[in-house]
Amino acid sequence: MAALALEEIVVPLRTFSLRLTLDVDSAIALVGPSGAGKTTVLRSIAGLSRPESGRITSNGEVWFDGARDISLAPDRRRVGLVFQDYALFPHLSVRQNIEYARRHEADDYLDRFAIRHLERARPPDLSGGERQRVALARALAREPDVLLLDEPLSALDAHTKAGVRAELHDLLRGLGIPVLLVTHDFEDAAALADRVGVIVDGELRQIATPTELVAAPNDSFVASFTGANLLNGYGERADGLTRVRLLDGTVVTTADDAYGDVVLAIYPWDITISKAAPHDSTMNLINAPIRGIAEIGNRIRITIGPVSAEITAESLERLGLQVGQPAYASFKATGTRVVANGRSVSGRSDDS
Amino acid sequence: MKRTLLSCLITAVAIVTLLFLALPVIAIFAHTTPAHLVDQLSNPVVRDAFVVSLKTSVIAQALIVLFGTPTAYLLATRRFPGHAVAVTLVELPLVLPPAVAGIALLAAFGRLGLLGSTLDALGITLPFTQTAVTIAVAYVASPLYIRQAIAAFEATDPNLTAASRTLGAGPTRTFFRVVLPLAQGGLIAGLALSFARGLGEFGATIMFAGSLQRVTQTLPLAIYAEFDQNFDATLAMSGVLVLISVALLLGLRIGLTWQRSPSKRSLYLFGPSASG
Repeated sequence: MAALALEEIVVPLRTFSLRLTLDVDSAIALVGPSGAGKTTVLRSIAGLSRPESGRITSNGEVWFDGARDISLAPDRRRVGLVFQDYALFPHLSVRQNIEYARRHEADDYLDRFAIRHLERARPPDLSGGERQRVALARALAREPDVLLLDEPLSALDAHTKAGVRAELHDLLRGLGIPVLLVTHDFEDAAALADRVGVIVDGELRQIATPTELVAAPNDSFVASFTGANLLNGYGERADGLTRVRLLDGTVVTTADDAYGDVVLAIYPWDITISKAAPHDSTMNLINAPIRGIAEIGNRIRITIGPVSAEITAESLERLGLQVGQPAYASFKATGTRVVANGRSVSGRSDDS
Repeated sequence: MKRTLLSCLITAVAIVTLLFLALPVIAIFAHTTPAHLVDQLSNPVVRDAFVVSLKTSVIAQALIVLFGTPTAYLLATRRFPGHAVAVTLVELPLVLPPAVAGIALLAAFGRLGLLGSTLDALGITLPFTQTAVTIAVAYVASPLYIRQAIAAFEATDPNLTAASRTLGAGPTRTFFRVVLPLAQGGLIAGLALSFARGLGEFGATIMFAGSLQRVTQTLPLAIYAEFDQNFDATLAMSGVLVLISVALLLGLRIGLTWQRSPSKRSLYLFGPSASG
C-alpha cells in the first residue's frame, strides 16, 4: 500500500477539471505549466480544497472519500505543507514559528536546519534561503506523514537557488516520508525527485524517472517540457531509417520507425555546433544563420534554423559565434526521437 | 523658477488649511486661563456629564467590540447571498443624520415603537435612560469599528490561516494566534475612531435619551445645555473632549508605530494597510 494514495480525485477548476490518480512512496515531483492544477493537488491533499470526488489515503488512513462524504479538517491530517511564499507568521519569531506546530522544543530543528542564530529574528527580516529553511523546519516539526512542497525554489534568486537545490535534495532523501513537490521547472523536478509526473490542464500525461522522461517522452508536450526541440514533418521509410521532410524542406533522419505526419524531439545537449561542416557519421546537418544566443544558467542556448542547442560559455568563446553568422548544427539519427506519429499533429496540443 | 512659485503656493495653501484646522482648538484654551478651566472641572454639571459620558462610552465600546468583531470577521471571510446588503447595513449609521438615527431608535425601541410593547411586557423602558444613551452611542459609532475591522481581517493573508491549519491548529486557535494578532493594529485603530465618535455623539442621544443631568446628559449635551448659562463650563468640557481626542489620536499613532512589523504598517487611520 502506498504511503500516500490519490485515487481518481476530481477537482473542478475554472476551465477544466483536475483528475489524478497517484501513489506517492518516495519523492515525486509534478511539473507543468502555470495553471495546470499543480497547487490544487497539494491543497486537496492538505484539506484546504475539497475535491468533487475520489479518495485520498495516507498509510491506510482515509483523509478524503467523496463517496462516503469523509473529509478530514486540515489540522487533522498529518501533512507538512511548505507554501510557495513560505507563509511564515510575520508576528512570530523563527523559534515561535517552528514551535507553532508542536508543543515540542524547536531546538532540534534549529540545529538541524542551521538556523539557531536566527531563532529570535522575525520572518520579514530573513533572506529567501533562510525563510525556506524556517518553512521546512516548521513543516517537519509537525512530524508529518507526508511532506508537500509548492514551488520550493521559485521564490529564490538564481544565485541562491543552486545551493538550496542541492541542500533540499539531500534533505528530501533523508526524510523517510513520501514527498510530493510541484514546480514549473523540469530541471528542478529532475534534481529533487526520483520520479517526475508531467501534468497539463489537470491531467497527468506521463510519470517516470527524469531519465526515462527525457529518453522516451510519451508525447510532444512532455518532450517540449523536458527541454527538447520539436520538429514537425512528414516521414518516409528508407533503408531501415525514417527520413522526415520538415516544413522548411530540410530532411532529418531518425532511427525510430514512423510514417506520415510526425513530430520529432531532439535534445539541445545532443546537438553539436560548429562553424565548418563536420566530417563524421552524424546524419543530420542543418546549415543556417544563428538566430539567437541566450544565457540559461551556466549554459548558452544557441538557435540555428528550427533547432536550439546548448553549449558552455567556453565553447561559445572558442567557436566565436555571433548572431546572424552561418553555422552548422549536427545531431545523430539515434538521438532524434519520434514523439508523435501517424495522424495529423499540431505540436504542443497533441495528446496522443 | 516656475517650480519654486508653485511650491511656494502649495506651502501657503497648506499653511492656511492647517491654521483653519488648528485655530478653533487653540481658541478653546486661549479664551481663559488654564487654572480657571481646571476650576470648572469641579462644577457638578461638568463632573456628572463626564461620568455619564465615560460610563456609557465604555459600555457601548465593549458591546461594539464584542458583537462587531465576529460580525466583521464573517463579512470579511465569507461571501454569501446578501453580503452586500449586510455591509450596507453596517455602514448605514455612518451616513444617517444623527437626529434621524435618534428618531429611528425611538421608532424601534420607544414605548410606541416596533418593539415597544414587547419591551413593555418585559417591564423594560429604554427611552430617556442611561441604557438609551449606550444604545445610541453603540448604534452611531459601531460602523467606524466594524468597517475598520473588516478591512483588517480582509488584509490578513489567507495563506497564513491555511498554514496554521496544516500545522495542526483548529479554527479557534488559528483565529486567536494568527488572525487576531495580525489584525489587531486595524482593530485598535477602529476602536479609537469609534470611541472618539461615540464620545461626541449628540443628535441621536438627545432624541432617544434626552438630556437629564446625572442620567443621560453626556459631555456634548451638557456643553449645549450650559452654553448660554456658564460659558466657562462649556469651555472646560470642550477642553476635556479635545484632550481626550488628541490623546486617542496620539496613543493610536504610537501604538501603530510600535507594532511588531512596522515595515508593513500604515500610520494613517484610514489606510487600508493599517492592519498589515
